[in-house]
Amino acid sequence: MSGEALAFYLVAALAAGSALGCVIATNIVRMAMCLLGTLGAVALLYFLLSANFLAVIQLVVYAGGTLILIVFGIMVTSRTYGEKLKPRTSEALIGTIVVLALFAGLVAILLRAPWTPVAPTEPSNSVAQIGQELLGTYLVPFELASVLLLAVMIGAAYLAQPAKKE
Amino acid sequence: MGSILRKVAFPIFLVGVAAIIGIAWAPALLCGTVDSIRDDLGTWYKWDLRGERPTLTVGNIRQYLEGSIEGQFAPAAHVRFGHSTAVAFAYVLWPLQFRITRDVLAVVGVVGFVSLFAMFAIWWERKVAARMQSRLGPMRVGGWHGWAQSLADGLKLLQKEDIFIEGADRPLFRMAAYVAFVPALGLFIALPFSAAWIARDLDVGLIFIFAMFGVGVLGVLIAGWASNNKWSMFGAMREACQMISYEIPLGFALLVPVMTVGTLRLTTIGDLQSGGFQTWLGFRNPFLLAAALIFFVATLASCKRAPFDLPEAESELVAGFHTEYSGFRWALFFFAEYAEMFAAGALAAILFFGAWYSPLPAAWGESWRHGPLWQQALHGVVFSGPLWLIGKGIFFVYVQMWLRWTLPRIRLDQVMYACVQVMLPLAMLVLLANTFWEWLVPNRSVLGMAANAVCTAVGAVVVLAIIGISIYGFVNRRRLVGTLAVKHLPGA
Repeated sequence: MSGEALAFYLVAALAAGSALGCVIATNIVRMAMCLLGTLGAVALLYFLLSANFLAVIQLVVYAGGTLILIVFGIMVTSRTYGEKLKPRTSEALIGTIVVLALFAGLVAILLRAPWTPVAPTEPSNSVAQIGQELLGTYLVPFELASVLLLAVMIGAAYLAQPAKKE
Repeated sequence: MGSILRKVAFPIFLVGVAAIIGIAWAPALLCGTVDSIRDDLGTWYKWDLRGERPTLTVGNIRQYLEGSIEGQFAPAAHVRFGHSTAVAFAYVLWPLQFRITRDVLAVVGVVGFVSLFAMFAIWWERKVAARMQSRLGPMRVGGWHGWAQSLADGLKLLQKEDIFIEGADRPLFRMAAYVAFVPALGLFIALPFSAAWIARDLDVGLIFIFAMFGVGVLGVLIAGWASNNKWSMFGAMREACQMISYEIPLGFALLVPVMTVGTLRLTTIGDLQSGGFQTWLGFRNPFLLAAALIFFVATLASCKRAPFDLPEAESELVAGFHTEYSGFRWALFFFAEYAEMFAAGALAAILFFGAWYSPLPAAWGESWRHGPLWQQALHGVVFSGPLWLIGKGIFFVYVQMWLRWTLPRIRLDQVMYACVQVMLPLAMLVLLANTFWEWLVPNRSVLGMAANAVCTAVGAVVVLAIIGISIYGFVNRRRLVGTLAVKHLPGA
């Protein structure tokens, strides 16, 4: 086994293991930490594939941004320390069915896909290329996404403003 | 015994520093030697297939060093080793041609640097604090100004009991210290000490370091939560609040030099500033200088340094997020903090203040770079090299300490006000202004050159003022430290 393959399996095991931990854990902050493991491992996978920009953005946006907001939100809202999350039977049942269906679908697709390996291309100056593509070819979707984010921000500001006195 | 120690302590300290520099330099030299041998032999044996350099055997290296390879490409005979020396050297050099050996060396170097720097900085911070309060600080351990104080503290911390409080979330409590420490160490992967002294020259190096700054916050957050302590929790929430807010002006400030140079690769950004003091990016136009200032203030907040040290405000929160930590785990938080402080300073140097270049144009020293060993060493001291970057980094760390012992801590609402209402609009304005500047004002135009000259003059005045005041302070140190200290404590 080559070093790269070994690294891939190790990182993939870390990602899958943390994802499993995220589902199994009953404490919500531990779930968040497992999520950190998964997000970090996925970033490592991107690094292994030489997609440096994607990996770093994964770390900035998800590990450094979203996850901190999640943990922060939990800290602000949860009243009691060490609250356990236990699903009810009906919730567990619905969850199992959905997950099994999703799993079956994924397995079916994976088995059917023609896995012809693409010849590895020399990674070029990817950041500049991504920038050119985003602000050239895909300008409209890019701008639409920023409009969406702006709408979300305005909404958040509206919700956060203090109630008007009658 | 004590008096002898006091006499030799300063030489011991100096020899130690020189030894560290030598130990760091030796592997770099050896790696360079292996590379040049591979280049020479590759041409000689016509191994140069598809531009890949050959893997050498120990025998190849020995023959090369002995000079027993005959022919056109054999090395010029300025150094010829004897047989046994050549064999010994060959065994040392052989592993260095593999990438994995170099990676291991880089990791050892980074860990070593971070630990040494943290120990140095903690000692130094105590000295700086003491001097600013007309005290002496640690004076006993090691003889010369207590230089071994951190070493003693470290040994003490290693022996301390690792206390877990009842009701804490144990796995998270254990993990938090590592979650804080690992990103602080990880960012050194992409931080260049000079163009060649870098573990991985990532094309997205700048955002990588930015990301590591962000991930490190999680450690603090989890530490505060897992401690099951009100004060720790408040510290952690303040940290998260302040870090998320200040990341935005920090990001905007980073964008300004990136926009000017058009790359995220830190080695390229550094190399663009090789032409002497006036080519440093921070002095190119007023907006870059403003961006440098915003960057520095924002890193103060993200390194939890005063006046933004609310997460560990000892007058309100006992010790903030690390109240419940003891022993080595507690030390890890401090290693992380000092590593981040240095990284912030080094990043400021790379982005705005000439990276690893001295104020002299690098072109003047070009002939020294390839000369004999003593010229190379001199080049590293006078023109460019890791010493310059580390020196600049330490200077910015010193400014951080200076601010800490000068400014009062501000309230949380003031922190938020300063970020959202002052820094953020300012950073956006600077970014916008720099956009128009880059678009409309070419570097060679009259306006561009005038702005460059004015900014360079401002920078030069600041640097000269700092040097002048430092010399004045050093000359008059006995008067400034206060008569009480001079009278009662030797060595003031």
